[in-house]
Amino acid sequence: MELDPDEVFRDDEDDPESEFFKERDASKELLVYLVDASPKMFSTTCHTDDEMNATHFQVAINSIAQSLRTQIINRSYDEVSICFFDTREKKNLQDLSGVYVFNVPEREDLDRPTARLIKEFDRIEERFDKEIGSKYGIVPGSRENSLYNALWVAQALLRKGSAKTADKRILLLTNEDDPFGNLKGVIKVDMMRTTLQRAKDAQDLGIAIELLPLSRPDDEFNVSLFYADLLGLEGDDLAQFKAMVGERFEDLKDQLRKRMYKKRRVRRLRFVIFNGLSIELNTYALIRPTNPGTITWLESTTNLPLKTERSFICADTAAIIQEPPKRFQSYKNETVMFSVDELSEVKRVSTGHLRLLGFKPLSCLKDYHNLKPATFVFPSDEEVIGSTCLFVALHRSMLRLKRFAVAFYGNSSHPQLVALVAQDEIMTPSGQVEPPGMHLIYLPYSDDIRHVEELHTDPNSVPHATDDQIKKASTLVRRIDLKDFSVCQFANPALQRHYAVLQALALDEDEMPEIKDETLPDEEGMARPGIVKAMEEFKLSAYGENYEEDDQKVDGKAEPSRKRKANAMKEYANYDWSDLADNGKLKDLTVVELKYYLAAHNVPVAGKKEALISRILTHMGK
Amino acid sequence: MARNKEAVVLVIDVGPSMHSVLPEVEKVCSLLIQKKLIFSRYDEVGFVLFGTSDTKNELTEEVGGYEHVTVLRNIKVVDEDLVDALQNLPRGSVPGDFLDAIIVGMDMLIKKFGQTNKGKKRLCLITNAATPIKDPFEGTKEDQVNTIATQMTAQGMKMDCVIVRMKQDWETNRRVMEENDFLMSVFLNKSSSKVVYVESPTSLLGALRTRNISPVTIYRGDFDISTQLKIKVWVYKKTSEEKFPTLKKYSDKAPPTDKFATHEIKVDYEYKSIEDPNKVVPPEERIKGFRYGPQVVPISPAELEAVKFKPEKSVKLLGFTDASNIMRHYYLKDVNIFIAEPGNKKAILALSALARAMKDMNKVAIVRCVWRQGQGNVVVGVLTPNVSDNDNTPDSFYFNNLPFAEDVREFQFPSFSNLPSSMQPNEKQQDAADKLVQMLDLAPPGKQEVLPPDFTPNPVLERYYRYLDLKSKHPDAAVPPLDETLQKITEPDVELLSRNKSILEEFRRSFELKDNPKLKKSTRRIMKERPSGSDEEREEFDKDAHAKAIDSIEYSSKTNVEKIGDVNPVKDFEEMMSRRDDPKWINKAIRDMKNRIFDLVENSCEGDTFPKALQCLVALRKGCILEQEPKQFNDFLCHLCKFCQEKDLRSFCEYLTSHEITLITKTEAPDSGIPEHESRSFMVKPELDSQNVKSEAKAENDIMSIYLGGK
Repeated sequence: MELDPDEVFRDDEDDPESEFFKERDASKELLVYLVDASPKMFSTTCHTDDEMNATHFQVAINSIAQSLRTQIINRSYDEVSICFFDTREKKNLQDLSGVYVFNVPEREDLDRPTARLIKEFDRIEERFDKEIGSKYGIVPGSRENSLYNALWVAQALLRKGSAKTADKRILLLTNEDDPFGNLKGVIKVDMMRTTLQRAKDAQDLGIAIELLPLSRPDDEFNVSLFYADLLGLEGDDLAQFKAMVGERFEDLKDQLRKRMYKKRRVRRLRFVIFNGLSIELNTYALIRPTNPGTITWLESTTNLPLKTERSFICADTAAIIQEPPKRFQSYKNETVMFSVDELSEVKRVSTGHLRLLGFKPLSCLKDYHNLKPATFVFPSDEEVIGSTCLFVALHRSMLRLKRFAVAFYGNSSHPQLVALVAQDEIMTPSGQVEPPGMHLIYLPYSDDIRHVEELHTDPNSVPHATDDQIKKASTLVRRIDLKDFSVCQFANPALQRHYAVLQALALDEDEMPEIKDETLPDEEGMARPGIVKAMEEFKLSAYGENYEEDDQKVDGKAEPSRKRKANAMKEYANYDWSDLADNGKLKDLTVVELKYYLAAHNVPVAGKKEALISRILTHMGK
Repeated sequence: MARNKEAVVLVIDVGPSMHSVLPEVEKVCSLLIQKKLIFSRYDEVGFVLFGTSDTKNELTEEVGGYEHVTVLRNIKVVDEDLVDALQNLPRGSVPGDFLDAIIVGMDMLIKKFGQTNKGKKRLCLITNAATPIKDPFEGTKEDQVNTIATQMTAQGMKMDCVIVRMKQDWETNRRVMEENDFLMSVFLNKSSSKVVYVESPTSLLGALRTRNISPVTIYRGDFDISTQLKIKVWVYKKTSEEKFPTLKKYSDKAPPTDKFATHEIKVDYEYKSIEDPNKVVPPEERIKGFRYGPQVVPISPAELEAVKFKPEKSVKLLGFTDASNIMRHYYLKDVNIFIAEPGNKKAILALSALARAMKDMNKVAIVRCVWRQGQGNVVVGVLTPNVSDNDNTPDSFYFNNLPFAEDVREFQFPSFSNLPSSMQPNEKQQDAADKLVQMLDLAPPGKQEVLPPDFTPNPVLERYYRYLDLKSKHPDAAVPPLDETLQKITEPDVELLSRNKSILEEFRRSFELKDNPKLKKSTRRIMKERPSGSDEEREEFDKDAHAKAIDSIEYSSKTNVEKIGDVNPVKDFEEMMSRRDDPKWINKAIRDMKNRIFDLVENSCEGDTFPKALQCLVALRKGCILEQEPKQFNDFLCHLCKFCQEKDLRSFCEYLTSHEITLITKTEAPDSGIPEHESRSFMVKPELDSQNVKSEAKAENDIMSIYLGGK
């Protein structure tokens, strides 16, 4: 079905890249956002990055909108539903009051996100009051329980799909730590009990409930009041959750968005420290290039997808054959055949585990020791208890001694030497920037490294900068300093453009959106007098007075080209160019002859004959 | 003829001191030839040995001297025989003179090519340079080497020297080796030579470039520091993975008599309409569609062209930043290198000044690159200085791609400091880890780094090419095991481990690892996944498993049982049944026990697990009577028997009968609908559940309601 035209011609059996870049998600995720829409969400404000005072409700829906946008690009197979509770209106299959399931046409309540959903959800705020409305759902004197209803609706939505193939989650966004606080006595106890039971039932069905509390710095969200029971948090888990909630974050929205991500393990690994001692690690793909997605071929008349059929044809007899069992390589004028089994045996140089070989100082890891994106590893006690403790100990030692581990990763399709570099946790006021753990960096083999520098060696020694030049360069470097540069601060302009266009086309919009290219240099900043001065001084120091002339002249190369040009000038005089051009006779000349003209006039000489002729005509002004 | 045709003369020391490493020399040289046979059929190769007892070269005939240098083969196009010849190098008996051999090799190249083919003539010298070269007739050795190096440059020759230095060599001939190393450095400085020293056979395999890939620039043009200052640079690939060769699919359809059969297979793709599967849709009726959520958005080529992002070809500086801002794991792809335009002295100087300034200040540069006109995206990357320490090589920059915002997943992980104390290493453990990290050292001071990427060959490729050669001779040969030198790459060094035995032991004692007893066997994946099932490893595994089983018993007794493990299921079950903190445990215990029994029966091998299953069943029966859950047990027993009959495990049913297992009767539990005389009925009527229900219903009608109510 989905075949990228470039992919088609690649070898289909062993392309380790494709496997590597695909995250192994056998299961898709079904997610229900349960958003508290009670008046308290609207009356509480907090400080965020872009708007000084946003309500908690705004923060919640903004983070959801942002996460929907990421999802449609990265994980469009996951299904999602947005459900408000404590609402005035109700809209849900069970017809329960105080719960409103937000949706757009041509979409089930729990379904993959569509362009339309994203677009309409972006405008939810203006429509909210009119169409949905906010109202406390749990009030004294009434047996209505909107939280209970919400959990019921969410659970009913998540009935779809089996628990084996899908990850089911409810994300609860609220700023009310004590939803039954205004009730008393038996009613309170009873309603709390039924709500907890509801949550437990959902959890028994394999639905994970996660809480994203929104709290104000002066009013901490107290998990113990109610939600600890609902989430089933005890002991260490509870302490850890409290610690997380208690941290004061400058940017609540950013923090919410990060917590909405479900961590996805790529695979589980056994890390063999030495014989008989091995721990359990999980690997995560924290950094992988995102690309515009695969191409699906459609029939242009109907816009229906096409089915791709592949057939193998014998080049000698043109017979159609089944997938052949043997591969061959021509060698020594012979055809040497391999069975697929033999080839995979050749690749199997080690067990499938990660095997520690030893440690080296970090200075041994050079900047050119890289081939593909790193993989993050984090320990797990799920199968082997004690893994985390051992890992933490190694992690600390490696950080302290400034060493990295070298290991052999005997993956069956692509066995490789890897470096394990310990990364300490980095926290900023806006949260965790770098998680603690190790990064697995795939090392090149000698076969993969090219010695380009050698091409440029010169037995007569090449110049190196003088101290003065280095000093001038230092001044320049100091001037053009990107202080708060963070690695992923730029959005990919090509990708942004691509998806903006897709969204516009999907919604039949006429106007194509403009996307700002954030990756262009800051011309204005560069024009500041301090920088310009430093630049000029450096230029003077490295290039001397006449930068413009010298720029063109290249030693060694100049000689032959000058000779060639002299020859061209001589030959050039032998033709009556304007006459040839007028009579359309240029095409009768050879390419070599045409180049005499071009070379004599300093016009580029590259290209096909037609290009050369048209260039000559243009140059003559004809 | 290939544009990049090169001529190589292999100059190999086969003197007595080299004998120990000659097997590796044979391998690396034959691999060089093999790759030439496959990838550069027209390259030419000559082949000189020195340290041989015989002498055979043209120079000795013409001018005399040059003893113990044997030209095994004059320069000619690579052929099959050469591989075999290199696999069986003769062992020499005389300490060789590498300078003589170099001169012979040069003479061969000069005679064959004269002044032509500049830059495509190469000498490959492999020696340990442990024996002195002869004193020249006039001047010093250094003068002589100088003359030769100058001549080499004039002729446009390059030389790769691989000097093998195992550690025992140093003890014997330190003075000679130091002298020779000095002479080598003269070559290095005065000609286009490369000298590498290797200390292990594994590095030797990686030290010689076996495949000659002519580097191609991916960008030539301006590096814009600003609109006013542009430096001319060339950008090449610095690393690029050498992939496993793509083999062709073999077709056996051609008649065996057809000598010109290619045996190749073409792959053909047809696009067919969904509505009419017989209709092949021609290319002009196809249109590209891109996924956006569940929708596929069609975009015509014209539209795509109109809206596509089209940046101008350029390389622009965005600014400088502290090196610590760019973490190593953000490097995204293979690496490029920025070198100033050759011959452009000013550009070389400008780049050199920047590189050195940045290195001193520990800064890196952030750049935005569009390598080609028409490239549909931009690349943001980091330049790190690569300051050269010798006079011949210009300073340059390494370029690494950096991720965009879309490429990063900001998963949150718990802080190590917030982990529960059971997961925090104590002082003793930390100490053991420190020692391990320090002592398992692959780059000990004063010695060469072990397994440096620059000298470590790809074991899979090495193995493939050797197997290819073997198969060409014996088509049915099996894949030979990985040889010892290559095992050094995939497995820890035995010597290093045994040297640090006590540290390893202490480390092992410090950390207690055990299987998680809460985990069901079926979900336990890691331990099962053992692709290489070598006996040794299985043994080790069994030992592990045994040790872990003991651990898990200890463990389970300490905590509240929440799962029935496979070590002591009866005990777990009883404990769980007696948990009174929540009634759910009873149901869970019964359910888990049922599963455990199923697992036991199903995984039995000739009944080895039957006694244990029986114990479990007895416990379950007892539990069900105590908790007045007879139906649970009775249904299960019937179901189990049915299962056994279907799965050909009848022996288990017989086993049960012989041990007098019966259904729970009415006398034992009033809720049961089974009268005494029918307590063995599960054996007689082991068919379907529903039939069981029916037969019971016949016996006692009022039970029906219980069953229906229960379901």
